[in-house]
Amino acid sequence: MDLFGPPELWLPVAFAALMGVSILVYVCLDGYDLGVGALFPFADEQEKDRMIASIGPFWDANETWLVLAIGILLVAFPAAHGMILTALYLPVAIMLIGLILRGVAFDFRAKARPAHKPGWDRAFCAGSLMASLSQGFMLGMYIMGLEMTLFTLAFASLTALALTVAYSFIGAGWLIFKTEGALQAKAIRQARRGLWGVVVGLGAVSVASPIVSPRIMDKWISVPEIFLLAPLPLMSGLLIVALWLLLRNMPLVGDRLSWLPFALTVALFTLGYLGMAYSFYPYVVPERLTIYDAASAPESLFIILIGTVFVLPVIAGYTVLSYVIFRGKATELRYD
Amino acid sequence: MDTLLFSRIQFGANISFHILFPTITIALGWMLLYFKLRFARSGAERWMQAYRFWVKIFALSFAMGVVSGITMSFQFGTNWPGFMETVGNIAGPLLAYEVLTAFFLEAVFLGIMLFGFSRVPGWLHTLATFLVAFGTTMSAFWILVLSSWMHTPAGYEMRDGVAHATDWFAIIFNPSMPYRLAHMLLASGLTVAFLLAGLSAYRWLRDNRSDEVRLSLVTGLGLGAILMPVQILMGDLHGLNTLEHQPAKVAAMEGNWDTGGNVPLLLFALPDEAARENRAAIAIPNGASLILTHKAEGVVPGLNDFITEEGEVLHPPVAPVFYAFRVMVGTGVAMLALSWVAIGLMTWRRRGADALPRPILLALVPMTFSGWVATLAGWYTTEIGRQPWLVTGLMTTEQAVADVPAPMVATTLAMYLAVYAVLLAAYIGVLFHLARKSGSATPRPDPRRTGLNPIPAE
Repeated sequence: MDLFGPPELWLPVAFAALMGVSILVYVCLDGYDLGVGALFPFADEQEKDRMIASIGPFWDANETWLVLAIGILLVAFPAAHGMILTALYLPVAIMLIGLILRGVAFDFRAKARPAHKPGWDRAFCAGSLMASLSQGFMLGMYIMGLEMTLFTLAFASLTALALTVAYSFIGAGWLIFKTEGALQAKAIRQARRGLWGVVVGLGAVSVASPIVSPRIMDKWISVPEIFLLAPLPLMSGLLIVALWLLLRNMPLVGDRLSWLPFALTVALFTLGYLGMAYSFYPYVVPERLTIYDAASAPESLFIILIGTVFVLPVIAGYTVLSYVIFRGKATELRYD
Repeated sequence: MDTLLFSRIQFGANISFHILFPTITIALGWMLLYFKLRFARSGAERWMQAYRFWVKIFALSFAMGVVSGITMSFQFGTNWPGFMETVGNIAGPLLAYEVLTAFFLEAVFLGIMLFGFSRVPGWLHTLATFLVAFGTTMSAFWILVLSSWMHTPAGYEMRDGVAHATDWFAIIFNPSMPYRLAHMLLASGLTVAFLLAGLSAYRWLRDNRSDEVRLSLVTGLGLGAILMPVQILMGDLHGLNTLEHQPAKVAAMEGNWDTGGNVPLLLFALPDEAARENRAAIAIPNGASLILTHKAEGVVPGLNDFITEEGEVLHPPVAPVFYAFRVMVGTGVAMLALSWVAIGLMTWRRRGADALPRPILLALVPMTFSGWVATLAGWYTTEIGRQPWLVTGLMTTEQAVADVPAPMVATTLAMYLAVYAVLLAAYIGVLFHLARKSGSATPRPDPRRTGLNPIPAE
């Protein structure tokens, strides 16, 4: 237990890292299926079925990353869990209702009476939007230190839109990867437009965080940090340029590189996320509570860590297995 | 009305809605595995047909369970932050292990189980079915460990007002855990037994006499007839365990005010907590003493023992516990009677499902969700019976509640209730719709399904 020094120092960091990874995986994975939901109104009947088919085997496991992330917040940083979630009471409730609606609409649309199908399609889209918007809103409030003023609400509304656009963008990337023909062409057009939304969103967060918090400003602007951190925005910029060039020339002959927009978007999300993580460390509630103050007792964290170290690779393994089994272009979903 | 009450109703509503679906998926997962294995051994198509019908209901129930379960994981923080702040060191690892060992397993292999039939080898599909069933059961295990620990906490010590784990074996195998887990798993089995029997009776009454319907009907009835007596025995053991560890709950279940011997078993009564007496009681003399102590003069605890000298009430509200317990037992008796009569007739007349007279089939249809009624009533008995404690003897429910304005909680409560009402109606409607759709042995072509593309995502 003392291998890496005093556990009350490294255990909170380990759990913050675990939680960070879970949130990032969640944002990328559920991001694409929420994004597919947001693009739903622009599709015709057959395209809708194909879009659902592209996320069918995966969405449930994707959402489990949210449960893991919130579970780690709950078990490792109970004080922060209470503080954050009571402050975000209403957006959390809206997100949950959104997730409920879209999760079940998914099943109902194919099993209910055909006359009810359009209604469930609307519920799927509305639920996806509710979840994306409220997550973006919560992100904005979190960056603003969970303070409730007119300015923070306006900023949170902006991040709500930005995250929804970002999810639609990665959703379009997923559709480019998993579909073909007219639907793929449509997704490429949507991705071209969505890219600008992503740029605005990333820019807003990058500019606003240091303005709101002098501490974050210090962390980025001081020497030598500014040079060490420079690759982060530079690489993000390169990724955006690459995405722009790629999307302009897609689809390529023989469906080459159809996986690349999705992969580049994951890389872009990861960079943006790392930048945020760096800004907020060591705080779990911005400017109020550090991960060290909020952490549970070391012996309890240790028992979770042991389980995690053994189980997480297994989870990763069978998640990969499922993506291998359902590789290639999405075909119609059938139980037999 | 205050934040505490709204928060309790909200948590109660969320968890009540949630538990309906795991109650189905735990046992239905194993039932599907059974169908799959019978098919693998016999090659008889009817087992696979049954699998294909019930897997749709499994998928829908699973989705309902997943999304309502996500809500649960947030409720701790939004409404009950005091819970994790006080007992997080114990509840945390248990919940973490549930996510790690159950949620991902179920979620990933569900995709393979539902949509992978033609993509993976048969053994892998069977393995996926097994892992999903195993995952649901593991999930039940961990959450019941936590629930039981809240009823009968063990293996911890308090330091500066925060619980710290001292003995994980004692925490996991706390005194009420084995009984509660067994009681709940049997409840799941019975819920599925009557779901199978009820929906199949409905299909049978609509003139679907296919092998698959016959098989589901007989399997459901047989399972119900076998599990019900086991459940009664298990319930009795669980009750005795509660008598030992939570006597106030048993006193409320029995509606017994004064500790003493020769306590009657109240079949019906109107418990009046203000006057501290029962009205309109119909009772069997010495019944409660006999059941709880196996002696007519055996001493049964009374509610009046749980009032402190300052007048603080440390027993649960009597009426809800008293009534909920009777609803559970009453439903169980009806399930026992119906399944035994049906199995008895089939055995006696030696004609299988054809031996069942119409009134029995008609009685089975409204019993489709009898397992839900009994399960909810049982949970209300045990959870309201734990009040005013959140963790027995350690913290009260009031100590854990969040400082969120009451109107805010009321608003979200109204939102949840509206969504749940719609979804529950839709769920039940779709189950019967699916039963009708496969109504005739030769499916009529649906005009909407004759287009170029069959409807995906069944």
